[in-house]
Amino acid sequence: MTDFLMPSLGADMESGKLVQWLVKPGSAVKKGDVIAVVETHKGAFEIDIFEDGVVSELCASEGDELPVGAVLAYLANPGEEAKPLAKATEVLPAPGAAPREAAAGMPKETICPEKKVADTAGLAPAARLSVTVPAPRAKVSPAARRRARALGIDPDTLQGTGIEGSVTLADVELAAAKGIRAKAPFPTEPAVRRRGFDPTEMRQAIAAAMSKSKREIPHFYMSSTIDMSRPLAWLEAFNERTPEERLLPAVLLLKATALALREHPRFNGFWKDGRFQPADDIHVGWAIALRGGGLIAPAIHEVDKLSLQHLMAALRDLVARARGGGIRGSEMMDPTCTVTSLGDRGAQSVLGVIYPPQVAILGFGRVLTRPWVTGGNVVARALITASLAADHRASDGHAGGLFLAAIDRILQEPETL
Amino acid sequence: MSDKPHLGREHGQHLYREMLRIRRFEAKCAELYQAQKIRGFLHLYDGEEAVAVGTMQALEGRDAVVATYRDHGQALARGLPMGALMAEMFGKVEGCSRGRGGSMHFFDRARRFFGGNAIVGGGLPLAIGVAMADKQLRPGAVTACFFGEGAVGEGAFHESMNLAELWDLPVLFVCENNLYAMGVPLEIAEAETDIFRKAAAYRTPAEKVDGMNPIAVEAAARKAVESIRAGNGPYFLECRTYRYRAHSMFDPQLYRTRKEIELWKERDPIPRMQKWLVENHMVSADELHKIDAAVETEIARAVAFAEEGGWEAVEALECFVLMDEVPE
Amino acid sequence: MNDKSSQSVTNRMTYREACKQAIREALIADPRTFLMGEDVGLYGGCYAVSKGLLEEFGPKRIRDTPLAEAAFVGAGIGAAMGGLRPIVEIMTCNFSLLALDQIMNNAATIPHMSGGQFAVPLVIRMATGGGRQLAAQHSHSLEGWFAHIPGLKVLAPGTIEDARYMLKPALADPNPVLIFEHIVLYNAEGELDPDVTGVDIAKAKIRRFGRDVSILTYGNSLQKSIAAAAALAPAGIEAEVVDLRVLRPLDTATIFDSVARTRRCIIVDEGWKSGSISAEIAARLSEDLFFELDAPIRRICSREVPIPYAAHMEEAALPRTAEIVEDARNLVKPR
Repeated sequence: MTDFLMPSLGADMESGKLVQWLVKPGSAVKKGDVIAVVETHKGAFEIDIFEDGVVSELCASEGDELPVGAVLAYLANPGEEAKPLAKATEVLPAPGAAPREAAAGMPKETICPEKKVADTAGLAPAARLSVTVPAPRAKVSPAARRRARALGIDPDTLQGTGIEGSVTLADVELAAAKGIRAKAPFPTEPAVRRRGFDPTEMRQAIAAAMSKSKREIPHFYMSSTIDMSRPLAWLEAFNERTPEERLLPAVLLLKATALALREHPRFNGFWKDGRFQPADDIHVGWAIALRGGGLIAPAIHEVDKLSLQHLMAALRDLVARARGGGIRGSEMMDPTCTVTSLGDRGAQSVLGVIYPPQVAILGFGRVLTRPWVTGGNVVARALITASLAADHRASDGHAGGLFLAAIDRILQEPETL
Repeated sequence: MSDKPHLGREHGQHLYREMLRIRRFEAKCAELYQAQKIRGFLHLYDGEEAVAVGTMQALEGRDAVVATYRDHGQALARGLPMGALMAEMFGKVEGCSRGRGGSMHFFDRARRFFGGNAIVGGGLPLAIGVAMADKQLRPGAVTACFFGEGAVGEGAFHESMNLAELWDLPVLFVCENNLYAMGVPLEIAEAETDIFRKAAAYRTPAEKVDGMNPIAVEAAARKAVESIRAGNGPYFLECRTYRYRAHSMFDPQLYRTRKEIELWKERDPIPRMQKWLVENHMVSADELHKIDAAVETEIARAVAFAEEGGWEAVEALECFVLMDEVPE
Repeated sequence: MNDKSSQSVTNRMTYREACKQAIREALIADPRTFLMGEDVGLYGGCYAVSKGLLEEFGPKRIRDTPLAEAAFVGAGIGAAMGGLRPIVEIMTCNFSLLALDQIMNNAATIPHMSGGQFAVPLVIRMATGGGRQLAAQHSHSLEGWFAHIPGLKVLAPGTIEDARYMLKPALADPNPVLIFEHIVLYNAEGELDPDVTGVDIAKAKIRRFGRDVSILTYGNSLQKSIAAAAALAPAGIEAEVVDLRVLRPLDTATIFDSVARTRRCIIVDEGWKSGSISAEIAARLSEDLFFELDAPIRRICSREVPIPYAAHMEEAALPRTAEIVEDARNLVKPR
């Protein structure tokens, strides 16, 4: 039996409001399934579960405001009997199950579907013959079928583009984007009701986190000007070649930062329990300004391992979901370092405030054409100011300088990104 | 020059007691097998006690022993505690292999007992390697390698005999020739039935010994070990012996006659040793009685130890499949 | 022109030289270590891996054996139990069958069967694989067989780096470790990264990252898979190449992580398909990763024939780069 708790989605989250359950007692859940929606001062988050099992009891009701760590539900782990509930649950009769149970003399309480299958072994031959063969169903990949279930889409109705005409994950996601939902018999969950972000609460959350950061983290700052001519020229050529896979400059900055983090792991991790704890993977938090004010910085996972096209897709997806309120709780917890980029409308440079317990934040200002000396001549060049705010408990200025230099070096070889 | 060691009263009684321990212990094993306390294969050594007991007299603690699947006698004579052996056969965690080996696989690192090996001939190459290690790390140590005459048919026997002589290794080969490889008589298995003659092909000194006489075996083993320790390379003993019981517990013995067994029983080393000790006034009736009682007590304690033993936790099932470190 | 002077100038070397340097390093590091096998001494090793070592270390450390696999492999086991750290070379894995009893019934069982009283810290090296027109009896790939056996560790170095650095941790391991060196790779040449001084023999290694399909492979098939990935890239298919390199115990974490990301998987294995290590991996993926898969698992293995002599038939029997490319295309962008 496992407790499913109100998660901590950030250093500044103390409580959350359960907005919606996406499961019922008896629902089988797999690790990674979204099972609840929790509203915080930063907005609504889909909360995924970290274990396989069967929901045995829901302890919180929709609308309850609960502290972090409060039990929301009990989960029976595989192999365990589901916890008996105070209220007797309905026995769900499988098709043709009743006579079978009678024949096998099984008690009514057994609702485990696996048992039903096993029971056929003890049946008289005639009874076994009567088991109907299911109609052939569409070829749907296991991953697509699971995603479709989560999205409430009937995958059997989709046109497949995979091997042997099978429906793939991409087909399901495309259908979801087009707004296709399941037909009635498919067990859909009602669409998640998402409230807009409350500007007041958002401000309070930012205030709490940033105050904690400035109170506890001895920041140091460094900055460096990077000549963006080469990377931007490369990007332009790339985008001309493949306009359908257009990349934004932000992708270069993200990938270069991630690769530099690989070389300088002391900026990738957490200050916890009085010491620096390096992270195994590089999950970069990407600061996203929300319409109506406020910002969040959810993770793009393993940025160092993603191709630029893949990273672009991840970035688009993340921004869209952030603004639509579809960020998962785990995505808020995962960043190992944060990047904030002002894009083409911001200021020349930005000195960030570290999001605890992370130990660094990279800031990229607006790309500006400015004078630059090269080979003894003053020329006009597209320049960007990269700045680092880092936790002095975890690293020193010398390392910070090398880290910024690494970002510069990597950006100058855009074809290798 | 006499090969016979000086046989004092104490040593004579010791040889007798050691053989009696094995004989009585195994009688108990057979009983407990039928009571289903012991399971798996159970190969008894009855009749062959003089070979293990005689050979072990020549060995020291630094020496190594590689045994066969018929390893109860070899283990007891080497000094493995009887309780740990009985517990092993009960499958208990207190067993000498923590219940993972059973009757055929007694191990004891402290006594350099490198295991009962249940692949016929499988222990011979292993003994070569142990001797290689000893030659470098423990000069003067001898590896005694036991095997039956059935192993002589295996390629591994010939390969190992060759390597031992070729590399001048301190190995004492002890062939327990009990005339039957399971049910195959020597005559229909080997072209040369004088096994010790095979050693000549590898230029290894060899001797045929009366395996029903512990004094003769001890004398031969002492001579062999002395030669090995002197740096003369391996030595080969063929001990002619006989097992009185079936090959294993489930063997109707279709391959030999009752008369043959009775003939060999006339040469049973234990009553003969007793008679010889009495005739030469090396043991009193009272001492015989005390030996008998001590052996019975030891067996009763071993059985009680096994009965009281615990079971290895099933969670530990996969322990030692891969080792975390080399035991020192 | 001796090897030692040239290696100090450059890190470029063959797989063969990497194997030799590893052995040399081990012999210098530990007086308990010796190399034993057929033709390892005077002949210099069937594949010239130990050439020159007899002169350097003498006949006690570089020990020529008679043609007696059961005895000298068994002796390696006994020597390891007795306190030495032997490296036993079986000329090719085809002959390991003559020592299979010793490997399976002694090396793999004694630590467990003795209740943990004895360890067998032994390394057995052997050449494996086909591709040199040596016909059926000299072209087997038996590493998958040995990977079936609890109590053994099975390594398959597919790069110069692994050939150079796997031996040291293998000798330091308290368990019997089998290293399968592919005969086609001995002549392969490459640069050793001077910053790398060791490898982890518990982990598989991703040799190329990609998002579209995971190619799981090892040994000589690694080079074929890398070539296939390069051929797929211009078509917009990014194949990830996972070098299994440890066939037992399998590094399922790395395998699962990769396939969970790409959701498609091709296993390339020079063993025969039936009952192979590729079958094992496919089974584990379907047991533990079923719901992450977006396409059926594909396998490219040797055709189920004794590997023939004639070049065109041998080539047809072994996994080919073109097959990998075609399978990946079908999986990722089907017609």
